[in-house]
Amino acid sequence: MLLNSTQTLIMIGAVALGMIINRFLPFLLFPENKKVPNYVSYLGKVLPYAVMGLLVVFCLKSISFIKAPFGVPEFLCVAFTAFLHYWKGNTLLSISTGTVLYMILIQFIFV
Amino acid sequence: MNEKVKALKAAFPCTLPVLTGFGFLGIAYGILMQSKGYGAIWSLLMSLIAFGGSMQFVAVTLLATGFDPLQAFYLSLIVNARHLFYGISMLEKYRGLDKLKFFLIYTLCDETFSIVCNQKVPEGVEPKWFYFFVSLLDYSYWAIASFLGGCLGQLIDIKTKGLDFALTALFVVIFVEGWKDKKNRIPAVIGVVTSILCLVCFGEGNFIIPAMVLILVQLTLLRKSLTKVYRGEEIICS
Repeated sequence: MLLNSTQTLIMIGAVALGMIINRFLPFLLFPENKKVPNYVSYLGKVLPYAVMGLLVVFCLKSISFIKAPFGVPEFLCVAFTAFLHYWKGNTLLSISTGTVLYMILIQFIFV
Repeated sequence: MNEKVKALKAAFPCTLPVLTGFGFLGIAYGILMQSKGYGAIWSLLMSLIAFGGSMQFVAVTLLATGFDPLQAFYLSLIVNARHLFYGISMLEKYRGLDKLKFFLIYTLCDETFSIVCNQKVPEGVEPKWFYFFVSLLDYSYWAIASFLGGCLGQLIDIKTKGLDFALTALFVVIFVEGWKDKKNRIPAVIGVVTSILCLVCFGEGNFIIPAMVLILVQLTLLRKSLTKVYRGEEIICS
């Protein structure tokens, strides 16, 4: 534990605040007596898919292509997880198998 | 009282996939926190106060790096930005729910959103209690699992390196889930390509905001043609 209790609590509060703003803002901007503009509804429909792509890239952002293992385990496991999920469609199976494969790869093969 | 029991009975089966998913990820999260020296109580507190799976994983790295609440707030604001759009989609359903509404919004995570959004409330069940129990169950699964993970992490000496890949895998799975429906592929490709380009141009510390802005710009420019693709469908949740 790097931080002390007070610091940790403040960090938790900071994370919570960022989350709370995002979750409550739409309800504050569009109160119950107002109609949601069409443009906002449209964004609500298409943005989740684009954001998910952004998040996948966000997770892989620290990979180095000039240093071994050149992101090979990450790409193998992302491809494997995607393939398995496209094929079987079982969320738990895809996530657990992909993660275990990744752990094996970086702990035993690409050490 | 009876109507609440009825709603709970209707909600529970809908949350079973979340129970399994959160069980695994929550335990992984608790173990990961434990591996950085933050015990079960800290995992539980984080899960209860700052309930949001993906950001909690990011926060583990932050807690292990140093005391920088501003960065934590900023990252949480960005990583959780997608919740803005969940909120927008739930404006109608959560209308007029008074006291429950605060709790429903506070705990509106990806998984709860997908259930409440897609699942028809069974006949004879009060919708607001159905929404409440889906939210409460999902919230509890995550909190309990992360606490358990914290306890397990102390008991078994498990090599945790790479366990945080569960987060990447979760996003990949949700991405593929969207990809299965052809009409979502344009926004999905825009998201991936724009993010990679911004990562290359701006570097890993600064790419998220430009990527979000550029994604927004492209989706706005494509509104006409994409609306055609999505034609015939109301907002996701109607």
